[in-house]
Amino acid sequence: MNVFDHWALSGVIFVPILGAILLGFVPRAQETAQKSVALLISLVTGGLMVGILARFDYNATDKLQFVTDRRWIDVIHSRYHVGVDGIALPLLALSVFITIACIIYSWDHFPEPHNPKAFLMLLLVLETGMNGTFCAEDLILFFVFFELVLLPMYFMIGVWGGPNRQYAAIKFFLFTLFGSALMILGFLALFFKGGNTFDIPTLVHNGSAIARSTQVLIFAGLFMGFAIKVPMFPFHTWLPDAHTEAPTVGSVILAAVLLKLGTYGFIRIALPVLPYAARRWAPWIGLLAVIGIIYGALGSLAQRDLKRLVAFSSVAHMGFVMLGISTLTSFGLNAAIFGMVAHGLITGMLFFLAGSIAERFNTREISRLGGLLVQAPRLGWILGFCAMASLGLPGLAGFWGEFPAILSAYQPAQGLNIALFRAFMVVAAVGTVLAAGYLLWMYQRTAFGEPSAEFAAIHVHDVHVPEWIAWTPLLLGIVAFGVYPHALFHVTDGAVHGVTAVFTSRAS
Amino acid sequence: MFFLDNAWLTWALPASAFVVILFFGRRLPGKGAEIGIAAVGGSFVLSCAAAAQWIGRGTIGEGEERVRGAVDHTLYTWFSNGQVKVPLGIHVDGLTVMMLLVVTLVSLLVQVYSTAYMHGDRRYTYFYAALALFTASMLVLVTSSTTIFLLLGWEGVGLCSFMLIGHWWEEKDNSDAALKAFFTTRLGDAGMLIGIIILFFANGQSFDIARLNRAALSGGIDHTVLVVGAVALFMGVIGKSAQFPLHTWLPDAMAGPTPVSALIHAATMVVAGVYLVARCYGVFWAAFRVGHHPAWHGISYVAVIGAITIVIAAALAFVQDDIKKVLAYSTVSQLGYMVMALGVGAWTGGIFHLFTHAFFKACLFLGAGSVSHSGSHHSFDMKKDMGGLWRAMPITHATFVIASLALAGIFPLAGFWSKDDILLTAGKNGYNAFMVVGLVGAFMTAAYMARTVYLTFYGEHRGGHHGGQHSAAGHAVDAPHESPLAITVPLVVLAAFSVVAGWLNGFGVHWFAEWTRNEVVVQAHVPEYKFSAPTAALSMAVAVAGIGVGLLYYLRHAFGPLHRATERSSLARAGYRFLLNKYYLDVLYTDIIVGSIKGAIARGAYWVNQRVIDGAVNAVGIGARALARFTYEVVDQKVVDGLVNGTGASAEGGGSVLRRLQTGRVQQYAAFLFGAGAIGALALVLYANQGAR
Repeated sequence: MNVFDHWALSGVIFVPILGAILLGFVPRAQETAQKSVALLISLVTGGLMVGILARFDYNATDKLQFVTDRRWIDVIHSRYHVGVDGIALPLLALSVFITIACIIYSWDHFPEPHNPKAFLMLLLVLETGMNGTFCAEDLILFFVFFELVLLPMYFMIGVWGGPNRQYAAIKFFLFTLFGSALMILGFLALFFKGGNTFDIPTLVHNGSAIARSTQVLIFAGLFMGFAIKVPMFPFHTWLPDAHTEAPTVGSVILAAVLLKLGTYGFIRIALPVLPYAARRWAPWIGLLAVIGIIYGALGSLAQRDLKRLVAFSSVAHMGFVMLGISTLTSFGLNAAIFGMVAHGLITGMLFFLAGSIAERFNTREISRLGGLLVQAPRLGWILGFCAMASLGLPGLAGFWGEFPAILSAYQPAQGLNIALFRAFMVVAAVGTVLAAGYLLWMYQRTAFGEPSAEFAAIHVHDVHVPEWIAWTPLLLGIVAFGVYPHALFHVTDGAVHGVTAVFTSRAS
Repeated sequence: MFFLDNAWLTWALPASAFVVILFFGRRLPGKGAEIGIAAVGGSFVLSCAAAAQWIGRGTIGEGEERVRGAVDHTLYTWFSNGQVKVPLGIHVDGLTVMMLLVVTLVSLLVQVYSTAYMHGDRRYTYFYAALALFTASMLVLVTSSTTIFLLLGWEGVGLCSFMLIGHWWEEKDNSDAALKAFFTTRLGDAGMLIGIIILFFANGQSFDIARLNRAALSGGIDHTVLVVGAVALFMGVIGKSAQFPLHTWLPDAMAGPTPVSALIHAATMVVAGVYLVARCYGVFWAAFRVGHHPAWHGISYVAVIGAITIVIAAALAFVQDDIKKVLAYSTVSQLGYMVMALGVGAWTGGIFHLFTHAFFKACLFLGAGSVSHSGSHHSFDMKKDMGGLWRAMPITHATFVIASLALAGIFPLAGFWSKDDILLTAGKNGYNAFMVVGLVGAFMTAAYMARTVYLTFYGEHRGGHHGGQHSAAGHAVDAPHESPLAITVPLVVLAAFSVVAGWLNGFGVHWFAEWTRNEVVVQAHVPEYKFSAPTAALSMAVAVAGIGVGLLYYLRHAFGPLHRATERSSLARAGYRFLLNKYYLDVLYTDIIVGSIKGAIARGAYWVNQRVIDGAVNAVGIGARALARFTYEVVDQKVVDGLVNGTGASAEGGGSVLRRLQTGRVQQYAAFLFGAGAIGALALVLYANQGAR
């Protein structure tokens, strides 16, 4: 192992937060310098990420790579243990590249009360939290990064948010914190029952030895922590408020990366460490997932606010991800990870677009919009493209999150109720029709027709240069992964089989 | 076998053209049209070469088993999951080659036609981009070797249909029609998705269609599973091929430009469903026991849907005043023929009708477009703006009449041979009831086409002076005149095919049957029958009678009591209104079902979200604050403080800790929660220890 392999991951995790500190020394008045520094830092992180992607051994995706394992907090046997495998790698890359896109997008889009320095610092701290969560192989480390994400997002919503930002920010914070409290409970229980260690690979090894009734209880704690983050029905109500009030970039990060921390937690920790409990809980998770699919779609149909509509659609889409996870099959888990990446790109784009539209028209009220294709045809086309991607059109990325998830429900892991999961499959398939409904009605009302009288006279600037730079990679990603899904599936597949191996046999 | 192995080039070409037109089209001298025509022309040439190689390909097997072996070619691994590798590949056999020819030829002619018809349109370039993408998607659909890759083409044509129906999206009616088409087909696709999944597992975790057919026919798949899979798959067919009860989107789709109607909603996309059944014929054959004598009690789910569709759509064609709507219902009805054919075991008849129908229906639609372009000021209303156009538009008139006769099934035009094959096979296979339905349909078809031709081209010219319905072109001229060459040449070509296409399987030759025969048909022993004069005479007589009745009614005003019957009889009026309102299916779908989901149900769910679920969340928040206030004001200040006051100065510390509880700051909530968490942890650990013992 050379030096790069040893330190690259730590670089990806800590360069952003170090950059945030560096940014603190840039004088308040020099905004261009602040933006440049932030961009540079994110690009350096991106460069490291590219190096990791290039040097990653794609023939051994089930092995942790770029591992660093050092003493950290001896007194509680917690170690600084980081590494990536085929499950973490795509999500880590997503987090790194979405952050770059966000910094570029915000170049001249800083919401009130402006203050780019503080905003960018928070963004970089946020990135450290997200990247760290995807790399952590120690529960305490995981928890620290998982929680580190909360504060920057709290301030982003609470300071740069919309009129109702205080309520939304506190709700977001408390709701997730409530889940975290139960999650840390679960972690502590794992520590005591799993051999006095927080090390995830060791716990995966020891976990199935934990008494079954205890497993089920511990899983409940982890479930609450992760399910609130996802968010699963009925713990989702913080999401629409947070999204509606958050500034555009906050919404993008929230949708594209933060929600994945929850689903990632299920795949990384809950399933492999507690296989017996996972099987016991799977039908309930599946049930909540399909309720989420239909419920999120109905919620979207009822919305009059563009951002709120996209927020509810996230509930539906994450329902597909969770349905895949609940089947405990390789198809389902592959679909789930693909769905996370696809949702990150597509819903990230939709929030970018919602923000750009709101900025141009000063409203997100769908009924007041209309004729976007007349006033800003490129923006309108991109919105249409993303709507199609979001409703799961084959050939675009969204399909590969949805279809295999529905497919996996036909034949869930051994020991799960086949009839029940097939019922889930049918419900999920109906959900795809509703998805077409809310997205295309939204598109019809915003993009088709003539501009409303209110906005007919105003000049609407079509897509700006920073928007092009930020969006193009996302749009290309949506097409590339849609046309060639193997690019992602062959990364995740090996690692996923490592997780599901335990579920293909009856013993656990 | 270069052109068979590389049939993927046929879709790669227009797919690339789509990208080029989209990004560079507006800067080109031809505004992108030249790229589209060149690409589709290239695909057509490739298809012809593939056809030549296919016909020249040696056969394998003897006698009844004699067949040309299909060509399979894998491009790359599309995705894999453990041992399951899903290839992105093509499967070329006679059915594929036939579809390649039809799709590329009609697409090419439509693109040429559009240079004149769409001249000066607001979004001329995007129109060509969408046409190119459409052709590419359709070719993906017909060359795919797997159900999942087929689905990509399937949804791709759906997307293009959406884009093109809504081409003039400034008017809400058009975008409504586009959305309706997408939703309706998507509803069927939900079923199809499930069908694909069921058959994937039934097929040993493979999406491969050839393998699926083999497994289904050899009894390798449990019959119940097969039936469920086939019914689910068929839902997609009902949506896409506009079969009853999901046919309602197709007439509305006429909101799109006329070349689109010709290409997508008559000749190619809507036959995707028929193609799917023909492609996966092993599944449907085995699931519904199509070939069992005596005809499995004469009932086949596929055939029933097809038969219902033939009649209900043909009936609706009589009450339409819009020429495109007549043709749309006619398309629905003819698609019913194809589906019914496949349902009664007439595999060759079904796809042969698909083949011939593509030419004459495209010709009819383009003819209708030509009339509106040059004869009726961009109107499609036969009663208000047409009539007597035969003199002014001789080429349009002649081609339209030829295509109408072909559609009506008049000897020796194309439709005669294909329709005859269907009726004959239905009868011979023991599906007599369906043969009767087919004959009734043939009569109705002939009659409504007689009405249409009469109203459009004969009688008094009723041309009005009002402006065009579509502002596609600003060069409206006063008197009706013949259309330019770009329009008439495609018409003539299509009319020629409407005459001769049927001869591939007529006059005693069976080239079409021989060339399209594939391994599935051979394995299933799908029967083929020789031409039978009595059946042909019967169908011919019915068609002539239909035309005769139609002409007598309109030309000679025969059947006096029937005229103005709606004014005299309330029963006739009710029947007429029932038809005008399309059996009230649109009311049921749009107003009742969609309306309630969009309205009451969605709003109800949202109300639950805001009031019940979020209400509970907020109640917890409010409750926590109330509890904190109670703790401070009552417990702390009165009880504790009371005690503390007595004990002295140490009160300061404890009081300040508790006071922080009610200030509403995040940090304190956090501490509070962590405290609660720690206590909970302790409890859990204790409990867990208990459990371990």
